[in-house]
Amino acid sequence: MQLGLAAQDGRIVASDDGLTAPLAVRGLTVTYGEKPALFALDATFDAGAMSAIIGPNGAGKSTLLKAVLGMVTPVSGTVHAYGQPVREVLDRIAYVPQRATVDWDFPTRVIDVVLMGMARELGLLRRVRQDHRDRAMACLVRVGMEHFAERQIGQLSGGQQQRVFLARALAQGADLYLLDEPFAGVDAATEKAIVAVLKSLRDSGRTVVVVHHDLATVSTYFERALLINTTRVAEGPVATVLTPETLQATYGGRLAHAQLAQILG
Amino acid sequence: MAGASPTRNWRRSSAEMWGLGYNAALVATGAGLLGAAAGITGTFLVLRKRALVSDAIAHATLPGIALAFLVMVAFGGEGRSLAGLLFGSALSAWLGLLCVGWLTHATRLSEDAAIGAVLSVFFGFGILLLTVIQSLNVGRQAGLETFLLGSTAGMLYSDALTIAVGGGLATLAALVLRRPMLTAAFDPGYAVATGLDVRRVDLAMMGLIMAVTVIGIKIVGLVLIVAMVILPPVTARFWSNRVDRVVLIAGVMGGLTGLLGALISASAPNLPTGPIIVLTGSAGFFVSLMIAPRRGVLAALLARHRYQRRVHLRQGLLALAHGHPVYERFTLRLLSRAGLANPDGTATDKGRAAAARALLDESRWQILRADPAQEIAASHYDGLRPIETVLTPDQIAQIDTRLAPRPLT
Repeated sequence: MQLGLAAQDGRIVASDDGLTAPLAVRGLTVTYGEKPALFALDATFDAGAMSAIIGPNGAGKSTLLKAVLGMVTPVSGTVHAYGQPVREVLDRIAYVPQRATVDWDFPTRVIDVVLMGMARELGLLRRVRQDHRDRAMACLVRVGMEHFAERQIGQLSGGQQQRVFLARALAQGADLYLLDEPFAGVDAATEKAIVAVLKSLRDSGRTVVVVHHDLATVSTYFERALLINTTRVAEGPVATVLTPETLQATYGGRLAHAQLAQILG
Repeated sequence: MAGASPTRNWRRSSAEMWGLGYNAALVATGAGLLGAAAGITGTFLVLRKRALVSDAIAHATLPGIALAFLVMVAFGGEGRSLAGLLFGSALSAWLGLLCVGWLTHATRLSEDAAIGAVLSVFFGFGILLLTVIQSLNVGRQAGLETFLLGSTAGMLYSDALTIAVGGGLATLAALVLRRPMLTAAFDPGYAVATGLDVRRVDLAMMGLIMAVTVIGIKIVGLVLIVAMVILPPVTARFWSNRVDRVVLIAGVMGGLTGLLGALISASAPNLPTGPIIVLTGSAGFFVSLMIAPRRGVLAALLARHRYQRRVHLRQGLLALAHGHPVYERFTLRLLSRAGLANPDGTATDKGRAAAARALLDESRWQILRADPAQEIAASHYDGLRPIETVLTPDQIAQIDTRLAPRPLT
């Protein structure tokens, strides 16, 4: 039985259902210094769906992924994946970080980056065999980057780099995919390629969670959305969650009516 | 030295096969092994962008050496046991390392400030202890200060053996831990997300550097040992974009540096071994910096120059094709030297043909780049590359159907 914040302002904010979901977050509070980046956040991500995490800058979107993966330590709250504490099932989770966190001059080729995704399977001593290389190449084919396998990672464009990191996540063979702004600053062809791969993952029963910044494409790419601004504003199917009221509540007055009309069609 | 045992005789004769004195052969072997171990372990440190931590580690060994000497003297020894001194240096280096880690994590100090603080405090304390020891006049203290800049005068077979075994173990451990260390260096956020304990990986890496430092301070000295850890990897980086090769080259480079440096210093009296080894390594670094293909300074200058000429030629040809005058004198000179333009800026027959080809190529590229389905081919566009090197003839024919029809003249 997990302990978490069960009620806030007299509303029930947490219940025990959904804890066997691919990802269940309950009462999560993360602070940098004393200012909370996330406060008492609840979220449930269902199997076989593509979910978007939406919110303004500084709403805690990236922090949510980092807390889920144990990269930042929460003040309170629990994170379960497939009914177990997330630390126990990290091998079933693949993560695609924001591109900016990487050293682009690192002496490594595209194929080596993808092989990095098999680290758990290779362990410390096992040699990289042809079979591993073939599977890494297959992952590159899925993102359309097979012709770049021998390139040094810094010689690629931003979109191509992003696809290589998606290929590394694919090489992990995970069930739950967490992506942090994969479409930020990439070309249209890359966005198309990434969406196609994510949809194929969803169709094979995998769970995909994407921190997303482009409100205009939410309803075309995703089935479900989580709107956050430090706390949860709304969660559910895109069609019911994306309303003028929830968007105004998430973004404050920052969203002009013209934009709203465009997003909501 | 009387009563040489059979083993000792064998060692002597094998050393003399090298045509060196016994001591010189020992030092060269030891320095070579140390250089290889330092180069391999140092590569991971440099790739993690924490090269200066090795300087803090090295300077933090000094109080440990002095305290170990005092402890051994207090228990009635001479205080000169190398194993004892190295054990002491390892303890205080580890303490210094923990201090750097604590200052970085628990306070707002950045790592470079923490390194500076730890380095100077430990080194200052060590110098103070050495001064106290001199005034005490106990034990056989002569030679303690050689740990500062290194000394090879009285090197023993057991010293070389210590380096061989210690360096071998450190290298082996580095190769076993290579995957977690490289993942943490390349993409620490991802490393944590896959369940890797990056802080423990870092600590293990520092432990390896510490081991190499401790076994190397006898030869190179604690002030200069940092060069043996940093120079081979930065030199190796010039020669390869593949991490496995960078590690290998750094190992070979470090080994050669140690060996050559020791041999050079043995070739004349009174040449200090540590500094000569470091200067040998620096020579390798400067040569690589200059002549390395692609990443070297000369290669970069040459590539830039060549590229500039190609850009000028291409722009000149496109200007001729459009019938524009060529204003830039450098462009005009290139064109006329290639027989494409007359000195007055008009195109020669050869120039007109080349200009038409350049224009056709450019128009084909524009069509290719406007087609989102051809993104990979289009990514090769750099304004210079002929489209024939990217597309097959039938693909080009396909594009040509979409070229604007030429007006008949």
